[in-house]
Amino acid sequence: MEMRAAFFGKLSEMMEQDERICVLDADLGKANGTMKLRTKFPERAFDCGIAEQNMASVAAGMASYGFIPFITTFTPFATRRICDQIAVSIAYSQQNVKIVGTDPGISAQLNGGTHMSLEDIGVLRSIPTMVIFEPVDEIQAAKALPQIVAHDGPVYVRLFRKEAPTIFSEDYEFDLFKADKLTDGADVTIFASGIMLKKSLDAAEMLKAKGIGAEVVNVHTIKPLDAETVLKSLKKTKCAVVAENHNIIGGLFSAVCEVAAQNLPVPIIPVGTKDVFGEVGKLPYLFERFGMTEADIAAAAEKAVAAK
Amino acid sequence: MDEICREIRRLTVECIGSVGVGHIGGSLSIAEVLKVLYFDKMKVDPANPKMEGRDRLIVSKGHAGPAVYAVLALRGFFPKDWLYTLNKPGTRLPSHCDMNKTPGVDMTAGSLGQGFSCAVGVAIASKIKKDKATIYSIIGDGESQEGQIWEAAMLAAQKKLNNLIAFTDRNMMQIDGYTEEVNGLGNLAAKWRAFGWFVQEVDGHDCDAISEAIDKAKKKRSRPSMIILHTIKGKGVSFAEKAGPGCHSMSVTQEDVAAALAELQ
Repeated sequence: MEMRAAFFGKLSEMMEQDERICVLDADLGKANGTMKLRTKFPERAFDCGIAEQNMASVAAGMASYGFIPFITTFTPFATRRICDQIAVSIAYSQQNVKIVGTDPGISAQLNGGTHMSLEDIGVLRSIPTMVIFEPVDEIQAAKALPQIVAHDGPVYVRLFRKEAPTIFSEDYEFDLFKADKLTDGADVTIFASGIMLKKSLDAAEMLKAKGIGAEVVNVHTIKPLDAETVLKSLKKTKCAVVAENHNIIGGLFSAVCEVAAQNLPVPIIPVGTKDVFGEVGKLPYLFERFGMTEADIAAAAEKAVAAK
Repeated sequence: MDEICREIRRLTVECIGSVGVGHIGGSLSIAEVLKVLYFDKMKVDPANPKMEGRDRLIVSKGHAGPAVYAVLALRGFFPKDWLYTLNKPGTRLPSHCDMNKTPGVDMTAGSLGQGFSCAVGVAIASKIKKDKATIYSIIGDGESQEGQIWEAAMLAAQKKLNNLIAFTDRNMMQIDGYTEEVNGLGNLAAKWRAFGWFVQEVDGHDCDAISEAIDKAKKKRSRPSMIILHTIKGKGVSFAEKAGPGCHSMSVTQEDVAAALAELQ
């Protein structure tokens, strides 16, 4: 199932039970799969038109009335375009608004550089109280929703829109604030988020063939970072790679380094876009173009191990 | 001048004078609309500022905090003593209105344009709840240079928010000069009409005219309402009025306070 269908399908179920939940679109209801919510919940699901700034503050106004609005659009418009509205109307004002951005980073593919949010995590991570969550598959996305709704405060969901490889099983016990260790390894940790998790698991297999044990940790919630899990793994492996679909400035790499620098300084190598803008292309090309393939992750891991 | 409006102005000047500097011009210009709303029109309970189904006011030109605090104190939302803590460390009365700090403030505002969109969201929420509240919002004319104001205006008309009554403080001034010289707003009434709103224009210092306009707005069943208040920035306090656009935010000495209190007797 596509991620958008899984996420908004679950949200639709929750909207039946919870009359506080609303969904606001900015003319991307078709792209995000939220159109049918409007038929089902005509008052609580509506289109604000192509006016994202207004949508963000309207949602804050609705939240002040006790509603829990989800605002949805593509990631660049859900973050950098409305940064001040998120900072002031939502976060500073303590309004319980959820922000769903779709097509993060290079997954904007043929929409190209203008639509590639490679700084969105950096932008939002520096706003106090923001929770930043990036699901890797439909199971994690759906399991997260009740916890996102239960959390009283703003949450940014960085949602890959299309079908993603399934990583987790139905009986997976999800905790919004806990990172998940997927493989055990003693030589290097690979912290990965979003579409980079599958690449990291593949890289771990490549490393295994070379006799390097890689511990792959899925950091689905980038803020607040689960420092305990990060440090526990670093204590064991003493070096790491961070693989993310984001600029290596401001995102998960920065978050992991901030924790490591203060507690356990060890070599940490980034895999992500290297402070450059995105460009048009399909995912396989873009992974190559920006040095974000499984081979790049494996090479970074070897570099990290050598630097210990 | 209405006695309560006089008192709002006295307290506003004293409040800003106690810290020595502040947004005096755009506070004094809206004393009448604040009086009409809090003393005559709004269904609120100072003992229960979060009362469900209450009427709400979102002051999108959040820098008018001092005047808002004066009227809220007069209405009994908090003790008048608080007014002299304006902008002092740990105060509950910051420069710009903050819903999480001040009893009676319905929405945080300060980054211009945003409060008005929040008001639209509040009006939508009230419609969903069917609680029959009236949602009021005050925006500045300078603030109307923000694109977000017009995004909000469009959605309010689209959603037929007849429970939303907004005011523009049309004092013709902003920090850098006169609005029409900086980035002219032209015929604001025509603009709002073109955006699908029911528009009235009144003398913003005439309480009766404001009150009548609100009553008339409430009778409009299909559209949001804009009441353009023709005002004088710094109204009622000579040193502020004389400063022109300079009164947006200016220093206020104890001598200034004494002079203002004398003329507001």
